[in-house]
Amino acid sequence: MNQFSHLVYFIPLFPLIGFLINGLARNSLSKSATGLIGSGVILASFILSVLIFLEVKAPGFQPVIVNLFDFIRVIDFNISFAFRVDQLSTLWLLIVTGIGFLIHVYSTSYMHDEAAPHFARFFAYMNLFVFSMLLLVLGANYVIMFIGWEGVGLCSYLLIGYWFKNNDYNYAARKAFVMNRIGDVGFLLAVFWLIAKLGTVDYNEVFAKASTLSTFDVTAITMLLFVGAAGKSAQIPLYTWLPDAMAGPTPVSALIHAATMVTAGIYMIVRSNILYSLAPFTQAVVATIGLATALLAATIAIKQNDIKKVLAYSTVSQLGYMFLGLGVGAYTGAVFHVMTHAFFKALLFLGAGSVIHAIHNGQDIRNMGGLKKYMPITHITFLLACLAISGIPPLSGFFSKDEILAAAYEHNILYWIVGVLTAGLTAFYMFRLYATTFQGSFRGTPEQEHHLHESPSAITIPLIILAVLSVVGGFMGIPEVFAADSHWLEHFLRPLIAKAEPAHPLSHSTEYMLMGTSVAIAMIAILFAWTRYSKKPEMEEATGAGKVFANKWYIDELYNAVIANPIQKLGSFLNNIIEKSVIDGVVNGVGKGIQYAGRQVRLVQSGQVGNYILLMVLSMVLMILLIFYGHNLNPIINWISK
Amino acid sequence: MPIQYYITLAIILFCIGVVGVLTRRNAIIIFMCIELMLNAVNLLLVAFSKMINGFAYASDKASLAGMDGQLFVFFIMVVAAAEVSVGLAIIVMMYRNTHSVDINFLNRLKN
Repeated sequence: MNQFSHLVYFIPLFPLIGFLINGLARNSLSKSATGLIGSGVILASFILSVLIFLEVKAPGFQPVIVNLFDFIRVIDFNISFAFRVDQLSTLWLLIVTGIGFLIHVYSTSYMHDEAAPHFARFFAYMNLFVFSMLLLVLGANYVIMFIGWEGVGLCSYLLIGYWFKNNDYNYAARKAFVMNRIGDVGFLLAVFWLIAKLGTVDYNEVFAKASTLSTFDVTAITMLLFVGAAGKSAQIPLYTWLPDAMAGPTPVSALIHAATMVTAGIYMIVRSNILYSLAPFTQAVVATIGLATALLAATIAIKQNDIKKVLAYSTVSQLGYMFLGLGVGAYTGAVFHVMTHAFFKALLFLGAGSVIHAIHNGQDIRNMGGLKKYMPITHITFLLACLAISGIPPLSGFFSKDEILAAAYEHNILYWIVGVLTAGLTAFYMFRLYATTFQGSFRGTPEQEHHLHESPSAITIPLIILAVLSVVGGFMGIPEVFAADSHWLEHFLRPLIAKAEPAHPLSHSTEYMLMGTSVAIAMIAILFAWTRYSKKPEMEEATGAGKVFANKWYIDELYNAVIANPIQKLGSFLNNIIEKSVIDGVVNGVGKGIQYAGRQVRLVQSGQVGNYILLMVLSMVLMILLIFYGHNLNPIINWISK
Repeated sequence: MPIQYYITLAIILFCIGVVGVLTRRNAIIIFMCIELMLNAVNLLLVAFSKMINGFAYASDKASLAGMDGQLFVFFIMVVAAAEVSVGLAIIVMMYRNTHSVDINFLNRLKN
């Protein structure tokens, strides 16, 4: 009895309808109607997702493929527009629609200062984003996933540039788009490669035939897929767009650039885990890049003063953790971290939005401070999220991070050391942010202080719900050491994951030691940051190594110098030299030559009948000569055409 | 008579026609020269037809080989007659308008 699973196409359909209504009628709808439609369609999708989840959770569930129509059909090669309901896609359905709904509700209040048409435009884009993300998650083959993949990239672009009157925001949007495009090329090439080698893009068939691929092919395909994932999920070297994407409204940052879209790369790799398990080289690359990204982004986050920038780099860092998990084969751990991260990072962003809202669009934490007495709910929820992301038990971040770190330890102790170091840095910058924002005394203008207030309930209720999820979310994946056979998520995902038994299963004492170490490091970092920044926040410009961190390791400058500037130079060279003299010269030359020839040939038409007849006779003689002796020219013609 | 004689005569007639067309300005004479060229071709057709028929005659007294060449000649004569009527009509009209049959006056169409 899978009655709801067969109705799965309604899940993306609802947001699409919402997008069409809000987008087409944006000039006539009132703000409350827009908010109601925008959030209502997501709620409808969420309810259906929950019903489907209950079916999928039942024992003995087999994946359901819902085939809508043939999308591309060439002789015996067929790509169908099909949706696939299984454990993995259902989890993502819940994250996307559930958190999406909360953020839509939040947006109705957060975006209320916008004029009605722009308000509707915002909700139209958000609905379109949810639609694309659901398409990405539900697709039963790589091509449908790619459609959603492009769709979320487009919506990300539209929403980053939502305040399009500010050119900096437009540049940020463009940067995100271009960076994503680089990744998309990798994804697309991987799909082409799959088609060339296996003749199919359907998940079932690809995974069934995966073992027939040569090592080179499977490594190349997985590497190209990883390029796509690195673009979408902001990994080195394509991560620089994500911090700039904070130009968008805060709910966008929460939904797209923290909770859902950036995890698309993780989803894609988990989906393809059978391919990745066949390519150990790619796994090593994924783990290394993930770890490097986690560490790099964490060091940058330490010295940022923009509340959203800190969270953005934190997101990049946490995504790096997930890739580390993928690289060491802990696919369940990565999915687990995606879920818990979606809870607490969405919460952090929404809390940051609440703060920004309260002090009237200021984002610099040096001008905040002491907000805990003005905004108690925001303060408590933000603190819980900070504890969760720092990995303090028993909050959710502890369980998921611990699972990844344990897998990393099994794989290579170096991974574990860097991972724990990064976890310490995470705890440090999160509590630097927390202490600077909420502790101490207010440092803004008296006028701002006068306006400080707790946000309305449309903002605080999503915060509370997410805080509850951040606290209890970890219990869906309790590790073996605490209670045998209680890792619910692993049981749930088992049918889809190529599970390799660890070579050296960790003993319980080792695992306790690992947990104890990482928790101790996190605790020390928290106490250090709390005591240091709550009384005396960091006001002066950073120097030394801190300056390098504050300037993001000068990576943007490096990209400009190495890639952007040479290309612009080449472009201006092609424009000024090649285009103006060579191309234009050829084109104008052809025109002038034909005009000249026309002027000369015109003289032949003299009006003298005798001339005409003479020309006629001469031409006929020439033709006769050609007909009778033309074959003697064949060697010459052959030589020319050769 | 050997076929070469016919060919030579036809070539001479044709060349007279060509030179006449190229050098003369009187439209009627040009017209006559065109007729001359047509008839040079007719002469060749008849001569070759007769020659081919002559070869076949040796083996088969009732052979029709080469007769199609003579049929063509009739067609050409009919078409030439029609063409003459049209051409002469044009020349008459031209004379009425310009009181001349000099073809160099025809460049009035130029502008």
